[in-house]
Amino acid sequence: MSQDDGPNNAYWQANLRLIYISLAIWALVSFGFGIVLRPMLSGIALGGADIGFWFAQQGSILVFLALIFFYAWRMNRLDREHGVDED
Amino acid sequence: MDQFTLNLLFVGASFALYIGIAIWARAGSTSEFYAAGRGVHPVTNGMATAADWMSAASFISMAGLIAFTGYDNSSFLMGWTGGYVLLALLLAPYLRKFGKFTVSEFIGDRFYSPTARLVAVICLLVASITYVIGQMQGVGIAFGRFLEIDAFWGLLIGSCVVFAYAVFGGMKGVTYTQVAQYCVLITAYTIPAVFISLQLTGNPIPALGLFGDHTASGEPLLTKLNQIVTDLGFAEYTAAHGSTINMVLFTLSLMIGTAGLPHVIMRFFTVPRVADARWSAGWTLVFIALLYLTAPAVGAMARLNISELMWPNGTDGEAVSVEQIETDPEYGWMATWQKTGLLGWEDKNGDGKIQYYNDANADLQARAAENGWEGNELTNFNRDILVLANPEIASLPGWVIGLVAAGGLAAALSTAAGLLLAISSAVSHDLLKGQLTPDMSEKSELMAARISMAAAIVVAVLLGLNPPGFAAQTVALAFGLAAASIFPALMMGIFSTRINNTGAVSGMLAGLLVTLLYIFLHKGWFFIPDTNAFTDDNPLLGPVKSTSFGAIGAAVNFAVAYVVSGMTKETPQEIKDLVQSVRIPRGAGTAVEGH
Repeated sequence: MSQDDGPNNAYWQANLRLIYISLAIWALVSFGFGIVLRPMLSGIALGGADIGFWFAQQGSILVFLALIFFYAWRMNRLDREHGVDED
Repeated sequence: MDQFTLNLLFVGASFALYIGIAIWARAGSTSEFYAAGRGVHPVTNGMATAADWMSAASFISMAGLIAFTGYDNSSFLMGWTGGYVLLALLLAPYLRKFGKFTVSEFIGDRFYSPTARLVAVICLLVASITYVIGQMQGVGIAFGRFLEIDAFWGLLIGSCVVFAYAVFGGMKGVTYTQVAQYCVLITAYTIPAVFISLQLTGNPIPALGLFGDHTASGEPLLTKLNQIVTDLGFAEYTAAHGSTINMVLFTLSLMIGTAGLPHVIMRFFTVPRVADARWSAGWTLVFIALLYLTAPAVGAMARLNISELMWPNGTDGEAVSVEQIETDPEYGWMATWQKTGLLGWEDKNGDGKIQYYNDANADLQARAAENGWEGNELTNFNRDILVLANPEIASLPGWVIGLVAAGGLAAALSTAAGLLLAISSAVSHDLLKGQLTPDMSEKSELMAARISMAAAIVVAVLLGLNPPGFAAQTVALAFGLAAASIFPALMMGIFSTRINNTGAVSGMLAGLLVTLLYIFLHKGWFFIPDTNAFTDDNPLLGPVKSTSFGAIGAAVNFAVAYVVSGMTKETPQEIKDLVQSVRIPRGAGTAVEGH
């Protein structure tokens, strides 16, 4: 993603920062906890399985939901702070 | 009332509802036909998108795949939901701000090139048609099963129904029809799951019951399940068995493919504001998650129920007898499904009992020899019947079975209709009006949209009669192609001003072709049997199966676009300004006609 000096640079940089953080969490819970890091978390038991199994089957979906709503809420606020909202 | 009449009643009532809504909400203008006049609330839009997105694969097939493999098929759960994060963060708000009707319009304008738009249309058509073939196959089988008619007639009846409301309703009709379909399918999926979860764990919420305790044994449900399946020589349910690299790539391909599928992206053009596009992606995932959180519970509980039915005296006791299967009403579902050819058993050793175990497992050879077993006697259990048979397996009342029939059809039909809409808008709006006959009137454009929809149904029915492979294979191709071609072009168009026309076109073509090549190498050229050079058991690139290649195709697309853009002329200033304006919500009006 390139650095663009557009008229709304501060807004765009704030948006990109938010996207980076959100996608890091997105990858951590699914590819991380659910798949690659699962062996390391195998000590944490949860209902007959381990926490990695839970992340792979349900946990990551719940985190995805939280991420989208958090992003929407935060962005709608950023829109107003930077005066680029629709109203 | 017998089961056949009940099924007819439920399926008939749900259809009358969908067609009634389609007639009530008939589209008048092109804008309404494609995008419902942009008057759709984010929650309503989310519900319709969820119905659009959850196809026969999610409703009928997914829990069965999870039931028989356990953890390893978690990719479907994460992949088909994680894509919405990409959509919400990287695509939906910007495409809404751009304010045109179709995905290829954005690509054509952003990359200031009719060629780019044409390439995008081709990618959309290939991905959507292959996907719709799989759906029509599902429609045919489900209709055939529940109306107790041949799958051929099921397919014809189903296609007439899809034609009726997609062609005459357009997006507005489809949107409200899909809201109704969502309600039908989620009820149909949840009710049997709640019953079964109560029976097994005492917890009315299946998603929690999965991690709860098994009432009969007092142990956690998953511990009990692991113990039973390993006793029978099968792989442990909660453990990982496949390649980690392949699982990561497969999950990623499904995610990117979700965010690149035109009929899903188009949905975000139909909300009134940019802010609503963000919320709408969230609401869509809420409605999808209601099914996806339940699905792993349905899979695990069904696997437990089936194993216990086959071994009513415990895994170290005697197996179920042939006589019991034939006479006990609790086993009545087995005879029903045997007729479809999707379930089968055979008393190989003639002991009057049906032993269900993994005969390929060396650990069970000793026990088999000692007891005179001669191989697994539950010889056929098609994964796709699991969800449909589930209420019968758990001995639930007849109305639940009728409801599940209506739900399965709702899932398959709603997706088929959404895909047909994406196809018709690509042909009439992007290909005809955008490229071939730009001065076409609104009325003839609407007519062209309807004709192309009808043509797409005919093509899908013809190919659905004689499909290139299993539905899952065709769906995998559609995902891989969408991931490798559409998603990277859209994302680069928004997040980079450096990517120019030549770069985008080369990237899309490279991603599309390399993915097609890899799939054809493993599945046969144009799916013609025995023309494949490799198999998914022994793929060309180490552990990477053809279904997982979409993520690599997308990486190729990104890389080629960057390199080619670096070597060719810079993006003109007015396009850079366009990208800047897409990035901020201010000034998002209603959509404008464009070509």
